[in-house]
Amino acid sequence: MTHAMTDRADLPVAPAPTDDRRPRRRPSLRPRLAPYLFSAPAMLLYVAFTVIPLGYALGSSFFAQRLTGGGILGTRRTVFVWFENYADVLTNATLVAGLGRLAIYGIIAVPLTLGLALLFALLLDASGTRLKRFGRTAIFVPYAVPGVVAALMWGFMYLPATSPFSYVTRSLGLGTIPFLEPDGLYGSIANITIWGGIGFNMLVIYTALRSIPNELVEAARIDGASEIQVALRIKVPLVGPALILTSIFALLGALQLYGEPAMLMPLTNSISTTWAPLMTIYRDAFVLDNLSSAAAASMVLAIGTAAFSLAVLAVVRRVSRRGMA
Amino acid sequence: MTTTTVPRRTGQPPLQRGKVAPTVILLIGAIYCLIPVAWVFVAASKAPGELFNSFTFAPGSGLLENLGDLFSHNDGAYGTWALNSLLYAGLGGVLSTLVSAAAGYALAKYDFAGGRIFFGALLAGLLIPGITLAVPQYLLLSDLQLAGTRWSVLLPSIISPFGIYLCKVFAEGSIAQEALEAARIDGAGEWRIFQSIVLPLMVPGMVTVFLLQFVGIWNNFLLPYIMLADQTTFPLTVGLSSLLNQGSGSPALYSLAITGAAVAIIPLIALVLFLQRFWRLDLISGGVKG
Repeated sequence: MTHAMTDRADLPVAPAPTDDRRPRRRPSLRPRLAPYLFSAPAMLLYVAFTVIPLGYALGSSFFAQRLTGGGILGTRRTVFVWFENYADVLTNATLVAGLGRLAIYGIIAVPLTLGLALLFALLLDASGTRLKRFGRTAIFVPYAVPGVVAALMWGFMYLPATSPFSYVTRSLGLGTIPFLEPDGLYGSIANITIWGGIGFNMLVIYTALRSIPNELVEAARIDGASEIQVALRIKVPLVGPALILTSIFALLGALQLYGEPAMLMPLTNSISTTWAPLMTIYRDAFVLDNLSSAAAASMVLAIGTAAFSLAVLAVVRRVSRRGMA
Repeated sequence: MTTTTVPRRTGQPPLQRGKVAPTVILLIGAIYCLIPVAWVFVAASKAPGELFNSFTFAPGSGLLENLGDLFSHNDGAYGTWALNSLLYAGLGGVLSTLVSAAAGYALAKYDFAGGRIFFGALLAGLLIPGITLAVPQYLLLSDLQLAGTRWSVLLPSIISPFGIYLCKVFAEGSIAQEALEAARIDGAGEWRIFQSIVLPLMVPGMVTVFLLQFVGIWNNFLLPYIMLADQTTFPLTVGLSSLLNQGSGSPALYSLAITGAAVAIIPLIALVLFLQRFWRLDLISGGVKG
């Protein structure tokens, strides 16, 4: 594939010398055209799999299937309904309840994932910590475990019959831990994604920490700053960009919660098919065949996600700028 | 990790007494991360009866039997799923890396009309939840008669806004404009420059993008779950989920699902641990100096 474009068919037919010493040849790509050709595959795929689907979702969110004519002669027709689907979505008790559950989950999962990732990254970077290599590798292992497989593993560790934790509490006479009961679920699901998310975020933050010039840290130590002060006053502000990026990713990941609760469903009755908003959207689209409603709901989620991320970005930027000044 | 050329504080001061707290906290984190992995390997060794009737961390006697059951279940469906995962993640990862490298290089090193707009659109694409796209993607590919085929998982996996972003950042930091100009004066064509100057320089960044994409595609659940209906095209994630769903009717399949999970994570953990050293995560953390 790499040679396809250099060996042009319109080159002189004379046997070419070795590839590298070929005498002046016509440039194979004009500089003005080149960037378009280089980005063409990405652009085409982006248009095909992002722009068009998004436009399609946006378009179909304004239409609905209606029965017209009435009686046996009534036909199903697709009609333009303005923002009716959106109104339905925003007043849909099932979806709103799902958003509420998602919010509780997110409030638990996002700060804990980032907080723990930052904590472990700082520990890896601190001078007094031992067993760094082992710690770093062990904490990174869950990154290699697919979310649904993690949910499967934790799910069995939650299930009363197989849970090692409940086994211990039962033998202590404390009873079974309600991991899979409605109230325990938030923590249980958050735990799965926290477990899977710490390692990668830790490495990103740790890599940023390593690029902090040594002199800054040494100077602070000489001035008598403790290791904790060095961490909080010098290191954390300097890895701001990495923290912003990881928090945006953690937030995006949290809002797209789907695989974990879906995977736990066979193990408990506490997870309905509409537990998380994405599960409702999936059900609307593929089980109830109500595409307009699914499209409107996913547009609401997309707009909400984008707005939320941008808001967080704006706040974090303002705070970090004040911190730097 | 070790490839980063940042000067390190070398030599550790001797361990001071009373300062073991950092090490202890780190160890707790390590244990927390390893416990489920340890549990799933122990549980995979238990015969179906032992799973519910013995202390969960006591090894069982059914490992070989479980493995045999796993690979013979449903005419070797599990092996097919594993090969599918390898195909989607391997081929998808390679194609995605090449597409991202070419686009990232163009965005970094050429000033062209529409480049800014494309880049802005890509960044916006990062913020769109997967399912918003997955449902219309499914309808689109259905129209093209591709839904349900392996293409329906492979094609959408190739485009990666984040991969393009990383390649752009890496190209900006690692390719000198003067080298490109010199090659142009020598009469080299743009494709030739890309092939013999740009690509070799971008290898470290491309390895990082490939790994992120490989793991991302391997771990993806929603896209294949929506696109595929035929068992023989499932990747491991969707296959295991289907196994667990059948298991709610007959608990004997639980052992199968657990053994399947244990086997599924071994190659990926090995790959990630082995390739960890080639990562340039400073790309993501904003520390690229070039």
